[in-house]
Amino acid sequence: MRPVTTINVDRPQKGFGEWIYLGPILKGLGVTLRHFLRNLFGHRDVATIQYPEEKRDYSERMRGRHILTVREDGSLRCVACYMCETACPADCISIVAEEDPEATVEWEKRAVTFEIDLLRCVFCGFCVDACPKQALIMSRQHEMTFTTRTDAVVGIDELRQKGAIEDQDLGYRPYY
Amino acid sequence: MTASSPDTSQPIDFAALLPDGRGLEVAVAADGLTEITADRSRLIEVLRALHDHPELDCDLLLDICGVDYPDREHRFEVVYHLTSVAKNHRFRVRVPVGEDDSRVPTAFGIWKAADWFEREAWDLMGIRFDGHPNLRRILTHEAFQGHALRKDYDPEKRWVLTEAETFVPEWAGEDHGGDGEFESQVINIGPSHPATHGTLRIVARLDGELITRAECEIGYLHRCFEKMSETHGWPEVIPYTDRLNYCSSMINGVGYALGVEKMLGIEAPPRAQVVRVILSEFSRLMDHAVCLGATLVDVGALTNFWYFFQPREEIYSLLESCAGGRLTVSYARIGGLAHEVPTDFEEQVRYLLGRIPKFIDDVDRLVTTNRIFRGRTEGIGALSAEEAIGWGWTGPCLRACGVPYDLRRVNPYLGYEDYEFDIPIATTGDSYGRYLVRLEEMRQSLRIIEQAIDNLPDGPVITDNHRVALPPKSRVYSEMESLIWHFKLIYEGIKVPEGACYSATEGANGELGYYLVSDGTGKPYRIKVRPPCFAIFQAYPHMLEGHLVPDAIAILSSLNIIAGELDR
Repeated sequence: MRPVTTINVDRPQKGFGEWIYLGPILKGLGVTLRHFLRNLFGHRDVATIQYPEEKRDYSERMRGRHILTVREDGSLRCVACYMCETACPADCISIVAEEDPEATVEWEKRAVTFEIDLLRCVFCGFCVDACPKQALIMSRQHEMTFTTRTDAVVGIDELRQKGAIEDQDLGYRPYY
Repeated sequence: MTASSPDTSQPIDFAALLPDGRGLEVAVAADGLTEITADRSRLIEVLRALHDHPELDCDLLLDICGVDYPDREHRFEVVYHLTSVAKNHRFRVRVPVGEDDSRVPTAFGIWKAADWFEREAWDLMGIRFDGHPNLRRILTHEAFQGHALRKDYDPEKRWVLTEAETFVPEWAGEDHGGDGEFESQVINIGPSHPATHGTLRIVARLDGELITRAECEIGYLHRCFEKMSETHGWPEVIPYTDRLNYCSSMINGVGYALGVEKMLGIEAPPRAQVVRVILSEFSRLMDHAVCLGATLVDVGALTNFWYFFQPREEIYSLLESCAGGRLTVSYARIGGLAHEVPTDFEEQVRYLLGRIPKFIDDVDRLVTTNRIFRGRTEGIGALSAEEAIGWGWTGPCLRACGVPYDLRRVNPYLGYEDYEFDIPIATTGDSYGRYLVRLEEMRQSLRIIEQAIDNLPDGPVITDNHRVALPPKSRVYSEMESLIWHFKLIYEGIKVPEGACYSATEGANGELGYYLVSDGTGKPYRIKVRPPCFAIFQAYPHMLEGHLVPDAIAILSSLNIIAGELDR
């Protein structure tokens, strides 16, 4: 193990220059002036963007609003196994299951209702990790507006994948 | 004062250091702490011996909490965690008390740090501390009935407490014996105030502009996360820990995962450990940047806030590319990390390493020598090393008092023993010292990241023990066995062996401790977090006495109080 090495950062006031205040203030002004001139004439180095006209490049893993993916025939891939509901730390998912009339060897059940309370949801992605069927993934959509609390509880209709999977602005989903 | 390396070669014969071993059981617990089970009648004697005996020298009280075992003969257990800064050994004292008589004598006379920890144990567990000067509820509402962390308290129970809180300290109306020139006045700072950094309330009595007495009220952000944890599985606690100190959420998750890993007796793969170090140090840097930025805004230096927030945003983008979230990352998992880092991880880290020092230097040049800033912070809120330890301070605030106590050095974890870095200390103990320590710690964090990224090993980022970690998705979709592991893990949870464990990591504010109790089922039996700023903040009202109102602001922001962690 390495020894504990310390450095003393105490900084007693040094001399007349610091005492009369002018030197440090000019030094400080130099810093702000450099930033000002650089941003005015040279390379614009600011973190702010003109949102919402301009948007950042979001990460491919960004955890946004959920998508319920569909099979080729358009039915939900969800087999109502309740794994996401069990793994959810915020208890925001509620599923009602039924026997699927078109059941095959691969699945037996389907979801009658699949609701996510987006106001309770903490967007941790645990439901995506829990899903054994890749039926629940996340998009990068993070701008969500609701006018009432009941509007924020979204069901199958709102969550269902609409259009091709490539056009979904895909966010957090299983990597393999 | 220097912190020495842990002396594991010679176990301390505690029983020999007490005159009489009756009613005491001394053993070394599974997590390496010396555990003393004491009878209540001997508690104060034991605690005093631990504090006073030069061989033991337990000057730092870390935590007091209660654990509820409804099936035991003595229903509650009061647990004290103690350490010695100089000798670096750790003790746990357990005192069983019955339900009808759930009271123990206060430890406030030995450590001032007991003040708020005892109030919390009273509030949430209903254990009375005889002789405590001010045993009021601290985190829940005054009108709250019952004790939320008792096992018979229904977690689904919802309270709507609309009655406005009318806490007025009894000293508010007292004549404080001022010079009579000014009328004594009691003011409220907060709970919703731009200078309070979170919702907390300070009641201060003024003589002119001088604060003669103050008291704090916290708990506005209390959500009883410890109770929520008891109703969910072990991994589901990680998103909750993100919300403790939300300025450095990665550190909380890593600390928690390390605690559970310690109980399971597993270790994360080397690559995961190094990535954890890198992201934790970046988080520490961000936390310090927020703290310093806010401190400087509060004393009127706004520009620095922008200079610090720019690198902070860029670090958030790195976290987003790894974890998918910016503020609440939920990236740590028990046994490793949620995912492999992105392919351009190293490139991004190196870019940040080249970029951040410039911003630190800018702030350094702008304010460190500025006389106005020095005038606002020098000698303000100064505490001596003994006082700071007595209040249970850890982290940068304690190091600013001249104590080189850093868990990354004295109790290394995640391989911190292999990194080269210095512990910055200041001896003044004032707001200016805290500023200087944090500024230097940011540079030291960069040093650690640089060494870590140079030695980033290849390999998996999560353990392949599928009793702990979910199998990879590619196998869950294709193999029966993996699918079964996956189902078992989600439905039954991680079977953490029965027992208790205290695991501490160096959070951005100081020692972040998790006291975890498992009963062998898939859910935590009890989780107690030792939040660093809880201990720091309890000294705050006492530091205010004799300071001016503007100084109160300069002190508060330099302590870096994060309400998410304070109120839990």
